[in-house]
Amino acid sequence: MEETVRYAEATGLLGSVWLLVAIPLVSAAILLLLGRRADRWGHWLGVASIGAAFVLGLTYFFQLRGLENKSVERSLWDFIAVGDFKVDFGLLFDPLAAVFVLLITGVGFLIHLYAVEYMSHDPGRRRFFAYFNLFVAAMLLLVLGNNYVMLYFGWEGVGLASYLLISFWYERPTAATAGKKAFLMNRVGDAGLAIGIFIMFATLGTTQYDEVFNGVGGLAGGTVLVLGLLLLLGATGKSGQFPLQAWLPDAMEGPTPVSALIHAATMVTAGVYLIARSNPIFSANETLQLVVVSVGALTLLLGCIIGAAKDDIKRVLAWSTVSQIGYMFLGVGLGGGAYALAIVHLLAHGFFKANMFLGAGSVMHGMKDQVDIRRFGGLSKYMKITWITFATGWLAIIGIPPLSGYFSKEPIIAKAFERDDWTAWLFGGAAMLGAGLTAFYMTRLFVLTFHGPKRWTDDIEHPHESPKLMTIPLILLAVGSVAAGWLLSTSVPDWLTATAGLGGAEEGEAHGVLSHTVITILSILVTLIGAGLAWFLFRNGTATEPQPAGVLVTAARKNLYTDSFNEAVFEKPGIFLTRALVYLDSRGVDGLVNGLAAGVGGGSGRLRRLQTGFVRSYAMSILTGALLVVAAFLAVQAGWLA
Amino acid sequence: MNEFFSVEPDYYLILAAVLFTIGAVGVLVRRNAIVLFMCVELMLNAANLALVTFSRINGDLNGQIMAFFVMVVAAAEVVIGLAIIMSIFRTRRSASVDDANLLKY
Amino acid sequence: MTGGQAVLAATGAVTGGEAVTFWILAPLALVGAIGMVWARNAVHSALWLVLTMLCLGVFYVLQAGPFIGMVQIIVYTGAIMMLFLFVLMLVGRDASDSLIETLRGQRPVAVLLGLGFAGLVGTGLYRALQGSTPVGLEQANAEGNVQGIARLLFTKYVFAFELTSALLITAAVGAMVLAHVERRKADKMDQIATMKARFAPGNYPGPKPGPGVYATSSSVATPARLPDGRLTERSVPEILPTRELSESETTLKGTEK
Repeated sequence: MEETVRYAEATGLLGSVWLLVAIPLVSAAILLLLGRRADRWGHWLGVASIGAAFVLGLTYFFQLRGLENKSVERSLWDFIAVGDFKVDFGLLFDPLAAVFVLLITGVGFLIHLYAVEYMSHDPGRRRFFAYFNLFVAAMLLLVLGNNYVMLYFGWEGVGLASYLLISFWYERPTAATAGKKAFLMNRVGDAGLAIGIFIMFATLGTTQYDEVFNGVGGLAGGTVLVLGLLLLLGATGKSGQFPLQAWLPDAMEGPTPVSALIHAATMVTAGVYLIARSNPIFSANETLQLVVVSVGALTLLLGCIIGAAKDDIKRVLAWSTVSQIGYMFLGVGLGGGAYALAIVHLLAHGFFKANMFLGAGSVMHGMKDQVDIRRFGGLSKYMKITWITFATGWLAIIGIPPLSGYFSKEPIIAKAFERDDWTAWLFGGAAMLGAGLTAFYMTRLFVLTFHGPKRWTDDIEHPHESPKLMTIPLILLAVGSVAAGWLLSTSVPDWLTATAGLGGAEEGEAHGVLSHTVITILSILVTLIGAGLAWFLFRNGTATEPQPAGVLVTAARKNLYTDSFNEAVFEKPGIFLTRALVYLDSRGVDGLVNGLAAGVGGGSGRLRRLQTGFVRSYAMSILTGALLVVAAFLAVQAGWLA
Repeated sequence: MNEFFSVEPDYYLILAAVLFTIGAVGVLVRRNAIVLFMCVELMLNAANLALVTFSRINGDLNGQIMAFFVMVVAAAEVVIGLAIIMSIFRTRRSASVDDANLLKY
Repeated sequence: MTGGQAVLAATGAVTGGEAVTFWILAPLALVGAIGMVWARNAVHSALWLVLTMLCLGVFYVLQAGPFIGMVQIIVYTGAIMMLFLFVLMLVGRDASDSLIETLRGQRPVAVLLGLGFAGLVGTGLYRALQGSTPVGLEQANAEGNVQGIARLLFTKYVFAFELTSALLITAAVGAMVLAHVERRKADKMDQIATMKARFAPGNYPGPKPGPGVYATSSSVATPARLPDGRLTERSVPEILPTRELSESETTLKGTEK
């Protein structure tokens, strides 16, 4: 970047920005350390700490608005200092961080509130809230750090919290396996991010955001490409993007609030945050941007297609998350003003996806933890609030104006069409197709769940609406889903211009292959077709058993064979390698070690026989020794040894 | 006195070495603990003879003093050793050192 | 010859009389030593040793050490060897007097080692003393041998001398501790106590049952059966492990009709 990035030192109230991280962290520590003693009130401490963080975040936000350059830095202490290489334990509070802080603490607070009731029958509720607070602390550290090492710190923190929460019901083998799967796949991405940070050390000698961004212009094109690709690998791992998407749907084994907060609203968007934060790196290389856009377009279609074939309500939403983050990647990959659009979509998605996940949790709560949408139907009469709030989420995600999805997604589609060459048709078309597919599978989900004939299992008599503590967050999030889009899309792009590198959304006349109006009309049309088709197909419900299906549907049910691919290419050889190593270890290494031990043991056993207990034998040894000593004396005296 | 019978003080030392060796071999071949002890005494006596001869060769009395101390220590050692042999004999009804071989592998 | 004290062989060189004495007594000492090792009877061994020690005592006197020579004869030959004989009489002859070697190869190796040792020490002495002239003790014994030793003993060696007294006391106490056997009062049982123990509850006053003797097993390790069919451990000597009857031994043999 030609302009020099420099952050002002935080002063006054903003100097205490570290409290945002500290409060949830202390709360988590209290909940974990006090153990059972905190069982009765622990969840309220968890909620209160996030509420406090939200209030603080709002205060800081308004403080920041009053500043001129809208970015402040707060160095707390030297985290690592070895020779020339120094890592600051510092925080950066700028517009980008601010919107994330508000999203994390705001949506996080509502979901915490919801979880108090949702988890009320679970004996591990205090532990749950401890992990939840730990997650929020790590996530805030991730977005607030002022260098890549701090980001990595938070990055691993959220990974840990995610693992703990996916495997929260660790007595279920599926949950334990899903946690492991998430952890391992994240590790692949994390390794990429770590190596990316190493490259920064090696080439730039620093990891501070401002110094990296100022220095990236002087790097060779190849270095920037490799660096960017490694960061992208990290981002795809955390955000469940192709090729590391497989863990995210399995992560739904965790409690529903976890799915809503971590695997829909916040943590999985960390990859988008990473790319948006590192935009000076990504903007510096055309190829890099093309790769990001391709990953985004591919993932969004992949998510849509698989989501359309799934029957588990949470899995459909999970694949929908994968697909929506694909839109965000598409956005950040397009560069320029689209960065801001991607962030807007991220925020809007945080609201409506959290809303729908919590709605799904509410449905499950009323239906005795049933998750199969083929076993729902006609619930609109029984769960009015859930129905209405879910409907707002549904309309928002498929992009019906004036709900938030329309304001956040449609500009990304339009931006995709604004590319200079034939790729405009490719990526624009993919985004457009994705919009239609999204409308199809979300409508299918909605209709099968809330309308049509009842297909309940026999043990369910009267589904009941969830208690107030669960519906209030739903209502608030529904309001967000309805209203946030317009508010965000008008204010956030301007607000974000102050963030380093997110240069202003220059709202010139669209010069894409299609005019903006045409794209708008087309996208609404596609959406309506997709939604209408789904409504027509599923208005009378569906079979409760799996039906034979064509090639495409079978493939989609099997996650487009991506899991099979992973299994064949990575898992099988991995298992073989492990077995070979185990064999080598048990036969080779252990054989050597045990053989040595057996040799010493056996030798000692034989030497032991010298200890006969006969005094005269011992006396003989003594005399032999005396003989040798005299001989040695003689030898020395006579100079034989000289 | 012809040449053959003339002796030097060295001859005492040779005698002491031979006596010492006989004592050592005795320790190795006899099994009766008391005889074993006598062999040890013989070795001590051989050492004493050497000490007294050294005293003469060097022209001062330190060697004789040493021999005197050896005798004192030998006396103490005999008292204790014989007491030990007695108590072993009381419990095992045997004075053979080969029978007291429990402390082994 | 001063002060009535006979200090023989005061010179470094060996005079005629001493040589004669040496050539008579040295073979005797060797015969005594070999006899001690060779004798089958421990008492004979002790007597052979007395011979050697007496010879050595004479040698001490010959070499201008009348005090140490007398001590040798009085303390060693007189006291220590008598102690040996005393213990020998107490213990009596036993099988360990036998000269049959039980450790394989002990005897030839011992002789070989002895020869080697003697050869090495002899060589060493020869090399060390070659060309040295004996000084003799005329100077040191000028005011008498006992006075000379006493002067050294109570000046230079006074601390060591005092230590030996502690050593001797300790040895005396140690010998008493080792040799003393005290029976505790509680262990002494009179007739009344023995009877009380016999008829105490839990003790069966009658004779113990004999161990089981069956057609299939006549081992003393097999417990006897009581009239009610139970096995009784009391019939088996305590030092033997109980022998379990195997299945084939307990099954009926078809002979009970």
